[in-house]
Amino acid sequence: MELNSYGTPTRLDATFAALADPTRRAILARLALGEASVAELAAPFAMTQPAISKHLRVLERAGLISRGRAAQRRPSRLHAKPMAEASAWLERYREFWEGRFQRLDALLEEMQPPKKKGTRPTPTAKRTGDPQ
Amino acid sequence: MSKALKVTARGDREIVMTRVFNAPRALVWDAFTKPELVQRWLLGPPGWTMPVCQLAQKPGERYRYVWRGPDGSEMGMGGVVRELEPPERIVATEKFDQPWYPGEAVGIIVLTEKDGKTTLTQTILYESKEARDLVLKSPMEKGLGMSYDRLATLLAGESR
Repeated sequence: MELNSYGTPTRLDATFAALADPTRRAILARLALGEASVAELAAPFAMTQPAISKHLRVLERAGLISRGRAAQRRPSRLHAKPMAEASAWLERYREFWEGRFQRLDALLEEMQPPKKKGTRPTPTAKRTGDPQ
Repeated sequence: MSKALKVTARGDREIVMTRVFNAPRALVWDAFTKPELVQRWLLGPPGWTMPVCQLAQKPGERYRYVWRGPDGSEMGMGGVVRELEPPERIVATEKFDQPWYPGEAVGIIVLTEKDGKTTLTQTILYESKEARDLVLKSPMEKGLGMSYDRLATLLAGESR
């Protein structure tokens, strides 16, 4: 069990935290189009460059971007892997609930009066659950 | 509108799910609030049943679910219903008997109807960001005791 991992910060925690902010999501969307400097990233936002830099540090700590070493420009670049991991966790959670909701679909179908063109719905919903 | 379930991690502490059902809201409400109907769908992995499903009749009352696995192992959860507004809104606390994330969570179910279809928005608010992320990172089967099943299978195999 992962019970002992309460509160242990991981990169995934950092990824979710980084993605929770709309400005940072917008920055990532911009970087998906190609690398950009702080000045270029700040331009579309009503924010100062230091404020953008702060967001970039959060994204960098989460492993979502890396920043170039070229002294002046330091372009930021998107890293796809942590985002892919975060969406994989969400997808697994989604599949679990989708399994439940598909059983609910079948139940709701059974609860509704038979439609004109179709035959009577058959009470096929199983008590023990369907494969997910 | 797409029927597919959408799941998002919102802010630091929430998981939000939206799903459309091809049925009027009154039916969906019944499926969420009548024990004999809840027992038909709010299940876990294949082979699991829900022998106990006690629901609250009004705010302030407790509800309780117990699931039973194919090997007889049980997993319970429950809480207090805070709001119950037919046919559109349920707010209830939730906590597992054997906690697999820290603290108590609050589930909010909202049903809206349009053109005979019902949209469910289910929000689960955790006590902390750590709890929310732990839930997302744990396989749900683990939350429902499946790891015990696999362990039992493994131990049975090794004891031969």
